[in-house]
Amino acid sequence: MKLKKLETKLFSKYFFIMKKTLRIFLVIGLLAFIPFTSNAQCKTFAKKVCKLQLLPYVHDGIYNATVLSEGETAELFKTFYSGQEYRIAICGAEELPPIEYQVLDSDRNLLFDNKDTDFSTTWDFKLESSQMLIISIQVQTTDELNDEILSGCVSLLIGFMNVESSFDQF
Amino acid sequence: MKINFLRFKTIGVVALFSAAIMIYSCKSDGENVEDDIDDSIDIDDEIADDFNKAKQVFYSLPSPIETAMLMKRAGAKYNEEYLNSIENVSNYTTNKSMSLNLGVYSADLSFASMFDQSQAAIKYLTATKRLAEELGILNAIDKSIIVRMEENINNRDSLMEIISETFMNSNSFLKENDREETAAIILVGGWLEGLYIASKIAKSTSSNKELVERIIDQRLSLSTLLSLLNEYKEDENVSSLIPKMESLKAIFDQIQVSSSKIEPVTDTESNVTILKTQTETSISPEVFDNLCNEIEKIRNEIVQ
Repeated sequence: MKLKKLETKLFSKYFFIMKKTLRIFLVIGLLAFIPFTSNAQCKTFAKKVCKLQLLPYVHDGIYNATVLSEGETAELFKTFYSGQEYRIAICGAEELPPIEYQVLDSDRNLLFDNKDTDFSTTWDFKLESSQMLIISIQVQTTDELNDEILSGCVSLLIGFMNVESSFDQF
Repeated sequence: MKINFLRFKTIGVVALFSAAIMIYSCKSDGENVEDDIDDSIDIDDEIADDFNKAKQVFYSLPSPIETAMLMKRAGAKYNEEYLNSIENVSNYTTNKSMSLNLGVYSADLSFASMFDQSQAAIKYLTATKRLAEELGILNAIDKSIIVRMEENINNRDSLMEIISETFMNSNSFLKENDREETAAIILVGGWLEGLYIASKIAKSTSSNKELVERIIDQRLSLSTLLSLLNEYKEDENVSSLIPKMESLKAIFDQIQVSSSKIEPVTDTESNVTILKTQTETSISPEVFDNLCNEIEKIRNEIVQ
């Protein structure tokens, strides 16, 4: 009788531990899928939100988007050609603080800082001679005291003005 | 009790499988838990430096659509002879050749569309669709895109928008599915095809100053391209391209270039900033010939 009681006690203890372990694994397992979901959300965000900001410029077709948290940075290196008019569109998900970006030349001299234009999300420019430029993005940190670090999708798209006609959306 | 136990067993298997995927994803990024612990020791010292470092770096090459636009602006004339024949499509059976030639055909498609060659554009779209399917780039080019293209066949703006969208679908799909190496190889194919077409047209045209300038400008994109390839040099398809691009760079390096400091000036009316600068370049006929020959050699290796 005593042995049976001990068996039942051990089994329920084992069952309790097993249940707890499984819960932990389940939570870890679910967390594992978050990056995949974020990627898919980033693509939709870039296509549905950021690309529209390029209009009337034609998107060059290159997808640059990533998930960034407060204070994190990303850089894009690209050659821009003389005579061509470009628009850079940099958009951050709604939950993020404003995105600061700077355009630098290859020696990292500052050419444009969107802090000077009230964190504008687009910048239009053309060049007298072709240059490799660096676009440096930083997600601002919030002043509010918060336990949670905000993170979300940031997309950087580049468009150019069509050569002979103005672009109509269809 | 038996049913409950079975349910927990199933949940357990799912959870363990998910956790295994997570652990694998972490390792595939070249990091592991031990590294994280080791790294965290120095975090306080490095935090200020890290704050200034870029978390992510993107190297962006001119897309086929941008290259086609640049060529048109530089006064290039359409010549289908310079494009890769779509009959070659069945020759591409390896991942590397399919990726490179998806880039090549994307450039040809953009070039044909930019010069209002609608029938050729449809042909090249079909070739790109075939290679995209074989590379497993799902839904990048579906039937609706071909229908949209046929409906807008005489509207260049719409065609360019459709091509831009198709290209974005392809490269976002690859980046989201951790196939950035493939995305990089496609860009190399497209970039080289653009360079090849430009060099062929420049060689066969007498007043080709602007086109030659555009070709010289590609030295800048080539540096970005090499940085991009070096990011993925562990991939043997990528690493096999690096020596070819370096041989091209060796010729580009023989071009003499001098540049003044850039001064940004914003037109308050149009709100467009002009980056004022002067760049002087000089290329000898021998260097230009060498460059064109090297471009042709690499391109022919790709499309054969």
